[in-house]
Amino acid sequence: MRLPAFLLALIAVASLTGPFAAHLLGGDPAAVDLLHRFAAPSAAHPLGTDELGRDLMLRLMEGGRVSLTIGIAAALAAAAVGTAVGLAAGYLGGWTDRVLMRLADGVIALPLLPLLIVLAALDLHKIGISRSLAESSGVSLMRIVVLAVLVVWTTAARLVRGATLVTKSRDFVRAAQSLGAGVPHILWRHILPNVMAPLVVATTLSVGDIILLESVLSFLGLGVQPPLASWGSMLSNAEELISSSPLLAIYPGAMIFLTVIACNLLGDALLQRFDPREPGRT
Amino acid sequence: MIRFTAIRLIEIAAMLVLMSFVIYALIGLMPGDPIDLMLGADPHLTSADIARLKVLYGVDRPLIERYLAWAQAALHGDLGYSRLFLTPVAATLLPRLGNSLILMGSSFAIAFAASLGLGIAAARRPRTRFDGVVNLACFAGVSLPTFWLALILILIFAEGLGWLPASGTGGGENGDLADQLQHLLLPVVTLVIASIGGYTRYIRAAMRDALGQDHIRTARAKGASEARVVWRHALRSAMVPVATILALSFGTLVSGALVTEEMFAYPGMGKLIFDAVMGNDYNLALAALLLATAVTMLANLAADLAYAWLDPRVSYQ
Repeated sequence: MRLPAFLLALIAVASLTGPFAAHLLGGDPAAVDLLHRFAAPSAAHPLGTDELGRDLMLRLMEGGRVSLTIGIAAALAAAAVGTAVGLAAGYLGGWTDRVLMRLADGVIALPLLPLLIVLAALDLHKIGISRSLAESSGVSLMRIVVLAVLVVWTTAARLVRGATLVTKSRDFVRAAQSLGAGVPHILWRHILPNVMAPLVVATTLSVGDIILLESVLSFLGLGVQPPLASWGSMLSNAEELISSSPLLAIYPGAMIFLTVIACNLLGDALLQRFDPREPGRT
Repeated sequence: MIRFTAIRLIEIAAMLVLMSFVIYALIGLMPGDPIDLMLGADPHLTSADIARLKVLYGVDRPLIERYLAWAQAALHGDLGYSRLFLTPVAATLLPRLGNSLILMGSSFAIAFAASLGLGIAAARRPRTRFDGVVNLACFAGVSLPTFWLALILILIFAEGLGWLPASGTGGGENGDLADQLQHLLLPVVTLVIASIGGYTRYIRAAMRDALGQDHIRTARAKGASEARVVWRHALRSAMVPVATILALSFGTLVSGALVTEEMFAYPGMGKLIFDAVMGNDYNLALAALLLATAVTMLANLAADLAYAWLDPRVSYQ
């Protein structure tokens, strides 16, 4: 648990302090320097420069900031949506439960990437959003977060539903009901605390999944749009230069890999701490 | 069982109808519209021509009317023309589907066989060094971005060593099988690495549960050999939860295949869907997305039936 947590903290700190580091080193991740393209590592550019002479290390930090922000924001949003759905399905039961869980099953079984490609390529201008707003970087980030939530909410929904079903017939919940506690109070004070542990595990694991999803969409040109860059979109540029400068492709991919595996190992370690019955179980 | 299958098939059909409408509506919201594209290709078109083309293609009618016209034609086997390939959609689709099924089928078979071996071996030696290494390797497998893995494999085996071709299906005009297999190797390796980690973890977990059950102790007590205990008694009950997970994982396999095909310029469904969406080829994108969804749902159904076959307690009545 220590190692993945440490690795993740290191990546997060490096990414989030990117702007300060850029300021400190007197560089700018977006500064183009055509005279020093593909430069070898030096004191000024610790990892060298890319095809436009931009500092690779600063770009990696900047890309990490974008990728991690999307990963964490979407994971939290998906946990919130999933929790709401799971509580509704588990507590209300009946038709609500059947419809919501059928929807979750449907989402899990679909070939998601092909469908996400359509959603990512949609022209928001055509549904009445102004051209300048539809193409702003804020909206392009929001779009990725929304797409990720559409995919990821199901895990939290199933977990919370299952836990709600188990908890709602327990004596302390019955006692609260007979004392006249309202539904929101019961859900918030009695049911939610009982699902926190698996929910934290699922959310940690989903950060990695979302970063992978963001990276593939950005790599295909449908995710993070320039001038913003994420690790995925950096790889998109590097693909064409793979034979002449392979390092440009190796670094961002390695960052994605390290971040995602750190999230997964941390989630697994948390799982074992909360549920020590059997190590290595999913 | 027949009743269950029939109900599921009707459900799948209903789902496909629903999906076809949603996708039809969404595809209309993609950048560019067919009339603009024609205008771009031929600047001599007058506004009268454009009005005439709009009527011809039905762009002036409301969405639901256009959808019903498309659905009626589709039910008669007419999926329209592909704008990118200048062929009827069905003629482009079917060979691509074949290529994808070859890629996904062989990758799935290899990944499943290998993860069966690894998962069972790890489950029999819990908390040993071997188990730990397998566990870590599985995490590495599920954490690798598929497109980056493909890039690295191309870099090493195609660019660096020059052993294997990096793109296409090969075979040439006379269908040289060895050449085709060579072209298939890197995409299959990519897809196997991308899926093996998840499968192995499921199988290991299911096998650990199965090995702890009472009937395993009974089998050992009556003197069954270890191989028989593991491969006949435990595996059969472990396969029940594994079948459920596999049923849900086909969608992921299709997603992985899309990336793999795109990276290796392998002419399958995934690459076709991506190219059609990017190239505003509405008819093709719609039919290809529906076909991919249908194949995934049928694979799901197959796994559900395997589930019933594996577990005699499940009757689906």
